Amino acid sequence: MDNTKQHLESLSEIKNLMERSSKFISLSGLSGIVAGITALAGATFAYLRLNFYLNTTSFDRYTTRAISSTDLTTLTIELIGIAAAVLIISVSAGILLTIKETKKNKQSIWDKNSKLLLINLLIPLCAGGIFGLILIYHQLFVLVAPITLIFYGLALVNASKYTLNDIKYLGILEIILGLISAVFVGKGLLFWAIGFGILHIVYGTLMHFKYNRS
Amino acid sequence: MIEGLNKIFESRVRLGIMSVLMVNDWIDFNTLKELLGVTDGNLASHINGLEKNEYIEVRKEFVGKKPKTSFGATKLGKKAFKEHLTALENLLKKNT
Repeated sequence: MDNTKQHLESLSEIKNLMERSSKFISLSGLSGIVAGITALAGATFAYLRLNFYLNTTSFDRYTTRAISSTDLTTLTIELIGIAAAVLIISVSAGILLTIKETKKNKQSIWDKNSKLLLINLLIPLCAGGIFGLILIYHQLFVLVAPITLIFYGLALVNASKYTLNDIKYLGILEIILGLISAVFVGKGLLFWAIGFGILHIVYGTLMHFKYNRS
Repeated sequence: MIEGLNKIFESRVRLGIMSVLMVNDWIDFNTLKELLGVTDGNLASHINGLEKNEYIEVRKEFVGKKPKTSFGATKLGKKAFKEHLTALENLLKKNT
């Protein structure tokens, strides 16, 4: 019936307008994939550096005792450098791909909703990042991976109210992974590679096929 | 009126305005225009219609020296919109 089709169209348009006007829906799935690949590359690189200095990939207070404090400082700086490079590359790729996506959805990259999304993401994220740096300062290396994963997950759950709801489930997975990694201390790099690498790639791919493919 | 469908919401633009106002407390003219993809004149006339029925209220304020007009849905407007939605859903249920 023509009427039915018309009513269905009305309903879907109402839903679309409500989402578009109250949430920032232009997240790009591709940016998740790029972030994941970058994180995996970073993790591989970190793995090689750890092996080079410690002859093991377990980065904790026992293995770090075997090397001189100058070497430990160099290694710490190198690892922070790798993490910073991963962060910068994935955030820039994310911004570029998101701008592309906003054009498609006729959304603005900088409006009330994207600001709300950003601030709700950044508060837990910055708290976690600073906490991580403080842990490094205290040489509590084994807790860095669990803390960053847990705070990243909390940031995603918090931000999910202002964007695609699916982000919430990624956040919950990151939190669970962070808690598990807190049990298996010393395996931080592995969990970090799963959480920031593999989960991002899987989620980015799912998001891409669910929302962006057109 | 057919089975609870509100005539005022027959227009796509008016339906669109109300959809946006259901999830945003206040929204300004330009944002609304962008969201709906309509012309100034078109949007203004539909806003007038909704205002006359007391479905939306208008708030005027100055941002610096520029006047800014924002719109919000009234209780009456929200109620009417919800009834219209229910009617739409019921019609669909009946036809499928």
